Amino acid sequence: MYPSRFRYEAPSSVAEAIALLEEGKGEAKILAGGQSLVPMLKLRFASPELLVDINNIAALDYHHFSSDGALHIGALCRHEHLEKSSDISSRQPTIAAAAPLVADPIVRTRGTFVGSVCHADPQGDWAACMVALDGRIVAQGPSGKREIPVRSFVSGPFQNVLAYNELAVEAVIPAPKGTALGGYMKLERRVGDFATAAVAVAVDVDGGRVTRAGIALTGVGGTTIDAADAAAALVGSSLDAETIARAAELAAGVAQPRSDHRGSASYKRHIINTFTSRLLSGIAESHEKAA
Amino acid sequence: MTSLFEEVHETAVGVPVRRVTITVNGERRTADVEPRLLLAHLLRQGFKLTGTHTGCDTTNCGACTVLVNGRPAKSCTMLAVQADGREVLTVEGLASASELHPIQEGFKEEHGLQCGFCTPGMMLTAKALLEENPNPTEDEVRWALSGNLCRCTGYQNIVKAVLWAAEKMRGSAQ
Amino acid sequence: MTLDEIKIGGMGASRRRVEDNRFIRGKGNYVDDVVLPGMLHMEILRSPVAHARIRSIDVSKAWEIPGVRLVLTGDMLATRNLAWMPTLSYDTQAVLATDKVRFQGQEVAAVIADDPYIAKDACEAIVVDYEVLPVIVNPDQARAAGAALIRDDKENQPDNKVFDWEVGDRSATDKAFAEADVVSEVELHYPRSHPSPLEPCGSIADFDRSTGKLTVYMTTQAPHIIRAAVALVAELPEHMIRIISPDLGGGFGNKVPVYPGYVVSILASILTERPVKWIEDKTGNLISTGFGRDVYLKGQMAVRKDGRILGVRMHTISDHGAFFSDAQPSKFKIGLMHSAFSCYDIPAAHLTAEGWYTNKAPGGVAYRCSFRVTEAMFFQERMVQAAADDLGMDQAEFRRINLVRDDDFPHRTPFGFLTDSGQYGKCLDVALEAIGYEQFLKDQEEARKKGRLLGVGISTMTEPLGAGNSREYDILGIKMFDSAELRVHMTGKAILRTGAKTQGQGHETTWAQIVAHELGIPADDIVVEEGDTDTAPFGMGTYASRSTPVAGAAVAMVSRKIRAKARKIAAHLLEVSEEDIEWELGRFYVRSSPDRGVSIQECAMAAYSNMPDGMEPGLENVAYYDPPNLTWPFAAYVATVEVDPETGVWDVLRMVAVDDCGVRINPMVVEGQIMGGLTEAYAMASMQFITFDAEGNCIGSNYMDYLLPTAWETPGFELHEVVTPCPHHPIGAKGIGECATVGGPAAFVNAVMNAVQHLGVRNIDMPLLPDRVHAAINTRSDISGAPPVRTDSP
Repeated sequence: MYPSRFRYEAPSSVAEAIALLEEGKGEAKILAGGQSLVPMLKLRFASPELLVDINNIAALDYHHFSSDGALHIGALCRHEHLEKSSDISSRQPTIAAAAPLVADPIVRTRGTFVGSVCHADPQGDWAACMVALDGRIVAQGPSGKREIPVRSFVSGPFQNVLAYNELAVEAVIPAPKGTALGGYMKLERRVGDFATAAVAVAVDVDGGRVTRAGIALTGVGGTTIDAADAAAALVGSSLDAETIARAAELAAGVAQPRSDHRGSASYKRHIINTFTSRLLSGIAESHEKAA
Repeated sequence: MTSLFEEVHETAVGVPVRRVTITVNGERRTADVEPRLLLAHLLRQGFKLTGTHTGCDTTNCGACTVLVNGRPAKSCTMLAVQADGREVLTVEGLASASELHPIQEGFKEEHGLQCGFCTPGMMLTAKALLEENPNPTEDEVRWALSGNLCRCTGYQNIVKAVLWAAEKMRGSAQ
Repeated sequence: MTLDEIKIGGMGASRRRVEDNRFIRGKGNYVDDVVLPGMLHMEILRSPVAHARIRSIDVSKAWEIPGVRLVLTGDMLATRNLAWMPTLSYDTQAVLATDKVRFQGQEVAAVIADDPYIAKDACEAIVVDYEVLPVIVNPDQARAAGAALIRDDKENQPDNKVFDWEVGDRSATDKAFAEADVVSEVELHYPRSHPSPLEPCGSIADFDRSTGKLTVYMTTQAPHIIRAAVALVAELPEHMIRIISPDLGGGFGNKVPVYPGYVVSILASILTERPVKWIEDKTGNLISTGFGRDVYLKGQMAVRKDGRILGVRMHTISDHGAFFSDAQPSKFKIGLMHSAFSCYDIPAAHLTAEGWYTNKAPGGVAYRCSFRVTEAMFFQERMVQAAADDLGMDQAEFRRINLVRDDDFPHRTPFGFLTDSGQYGKCLDVALEAIGYEQFLKDQEEARKKGRLLGVGISTMTEPLGAGNSREYDILGIKMFDSAELRVHMTGKAILRTGAKTQGQGHETTWAQIVAHELGIPADDIVVEEGDTDTAPFGMGTYASRSTPVAGAAVAMVSRKIRAKARKIAAHLLEVSEEDIEWELGRFYVRSSPDRGVSIQECAMAAYSNMPDGMEPGLENVAYYDPPNLTWPFAAYVATVEVDPETGVWDVLRMVAVDDCGVRINPMVVEGQIMGGLTEAYAMASMQFITFDAEGNCIGSNYMDYLLPTAWETPGFELHEVVTPCPHHPIGAKGIGECATVGGPAAFVNAVMNAVQHLGVRNIDMPLLPDRVHAAINTRSDISGAPPVRTDSP
């Protein structure tokens, strides 16, 4: 309940923040929404020397679709902004489905999308969405910006590839190839619980055929799991029942769950299969209706 | 909040502090705080606003919920320094000098509290909900309150209390 | 002319609560809100391991931290004979560990500093060298040959057994089983749970050397018991101890025991001569303070073909943790477990019980439950359902055949309790009617054809509430009575104090209603105070749903004493003899001339200004009430659920609760108690449990793992009432606070079992997590014991 001592700085620009990270020499932590970091400080699971609070960098507080249709999410965009955005609900169904399932409503007022991806919790919801959507993280360091595909951004449980002097300033979700369809389904024992298992699905459809697909799994491995083969099985299909069943099986096949008090490994695998199938069937049905 | 002197513990000498100015319940308050001080503790111990309770260590219970710039936040999961320059509303700021906020009335009227420990956080979350959505359904109320735990009531009367307040607020808005 | 009792806030009024006025403004006064001049702050260092010998404790680094005022270890306590303390179950418990730690989270050292942040820094600077020992996390391990001896501190303790105990008639029961057509069996685990009030435990000890007086603000449900315990343990003079229990953020039984933190804060204040505040964090609360349940229940039921129950056998194996510190006042080792089957007419029963030490947190056991009645009723209702299923008889019909009939009171229960009143069959009928039982069974049949799994579960039970009567219940030898003191001021306003202690039950509102009912003084004219041992009369506190049965009775009795004196004053004022006086609510009048009368307020004024010659002035009194028996409320809970066969997720469709708690003082408050209890029942059935891995690490040490349901998951409740007044209670009331927690879980579990039993599943132990339900359906087999815990490292 009582964090250790640390130095605290709250810069008002990205450049200042990066300079502080540089100064911290690897002993600094970025404080964005703080909904994972502050609990860790309170439990003294984390004791950084320097906290760089980016909440005063107003320029990072945004999300918008650029003219090419890509979604840009700034480092200070809170979960609830995505949850309540009409743009998101009409144009980005995977994000729209996941947003209300992240943590609890109060945590969502402060927690950030980018911070959650950086936290790289294998039970984090956003990382799975990012993988399913082929998202990228824009990192900014002393020598400028670079873009890192999310698949190579997370390097392990609670680990990412950011250099000590880099700040993740934005997440980018590329424009869909056709109509963006998708969803997120999460089994949790109660609101705010970590996922027993969850599935993110994003499917772009054009002319009744899947042009691009992504499926990613939460809570069933050391990191977010990219069910690439399952997604590949969908491409070119019309989301027929047979294809859906095959994709669901492939997704379950790449899960690496372990048994714990949330459920047995085999159960979690089964849930991945069931949820993948339910999500895809739902997508197929709604697309048919719309068509 | 002036004083002729404030004793400084020998032990505090040399510990870096930052000056923060926070508008709490409409009043500007200034304090020198260690960066590690949680907002909940500044409100409780520093500003003597003990209506904000801390019920868990892990950002689950929501008893410490206050409004920061109008949005509910778990004040045990914010550093006091992060509130610098912001507006904070605590339960003590809900009622005016002469009358209760309809949400407070609703909680009493519908027996929405028993031990009272979760109540301040519940009411502030409810306030934020009703500002966004003046006419929520029961499910919308349950969903909005799902970041606040109550151990006594079973929630049913809390939900009724919020709906009671919503109705009253809609009535007075017309 | 006659007062309207509802208007003056008397019995039966859903009077809005007076305590709410401060709570809704954030003006409650909980222990952590109290600030005393010069106050220091204490933090406790806890053991990270479950069983280890302490080789050494190095506190030197902690002392070096600026702002640290005192560092305490067990060895330092031992020099004052305070390293161990007696428990309420006549065992001993370590205050700060000296020789060994015996569970994860055990108190090892304490730091007292200028603020809690510094105290925490200093706790981290303490170095403890542990020699890790083999760990025992369940009774099977505790009894195994060659098992490590947990309590090697005790003489005459060769193994890990706490007790063997039995009750009932073995030979009569054997005979009943010999005559049975069908013998049903169940084997259940009621997992460890924790009351977990939102507010954790804490204390502020303030010892004043100049007066010798010790004042302690404390999160306690029983301030007078604490005063007695402090007097006995710390050997301080009782009149120099003042325990103040201010507003409590819930209790549920968690705030009955004496915890090491209280004791250490008291010693720290004596040593520093400054107030010392200790506020436990949530993890400390969950891993070290009074838990509930953790018992294995096995049993058999002997049944005749026509549905009559002939006899019952029970065997319980309870896990007490490292110290036997159950906070329970009965003379029975396994509490009131043998209250099982009290609502059924069963001729013979026999219960054997064994208790074991393990390397887990001790104490408590009574979590919103009168000392094991929750386990008893859960066993009862699961057993009853199993027997009905084995007979192929409808579960409601089977209950109806065996429930004690209305004309069969007083009724001797199978284990020898005496129940006194009830309309059991009526309650069941009201519940079945409300849920639409017959229609639901048809719907269930139809749904099944489409692959949908619907289920209906029933739980009917009576439980003994309101310990005690002093023949059978005591704490440390102190008899289980309670008290009320009423002072009527000259203007007819009054102050009432009792020996109970509200934690959210609303005593400040409801006690005044009893006085209003007895005296006709408007409830708004009566202030109620509790929790300060310097001002309240001696009482045993609030737990076991005993407030209304015992303290509430004392409130009625003291009001009647006041009325008796006021009657004499009225006779004097009306210039007639006392025999000519009649009473109606709030007023005495002359029988022959009803217009001539005086109000209770006029009598109050006269008690101070115009009393009869020879009468003692004033209008105040105190009553101590020792109930002749427990009270026996009855409840019928019926839940309907739908189980998703693909995921094992189950949703509550409806939950109907019919409670008969006798006369209701404040229906609104009673319903609040029931809904709160039902929620905890749902929590236990669905998600709320504590377990341990093989190393004794507590799984459930914070709200990320110990799950309390939110507003979203918690089902809606439909409440109904039946009223059978308690024959021996002055206002006919029975206990209610615990009924729903006690009887509710079986309704939910029976409902899920009812949904899946045709698939060959007979039992899934709580919690009914989706994966367990799914596994049971798919393997067509039962799921037993606590959910397994990951043992490999992450």
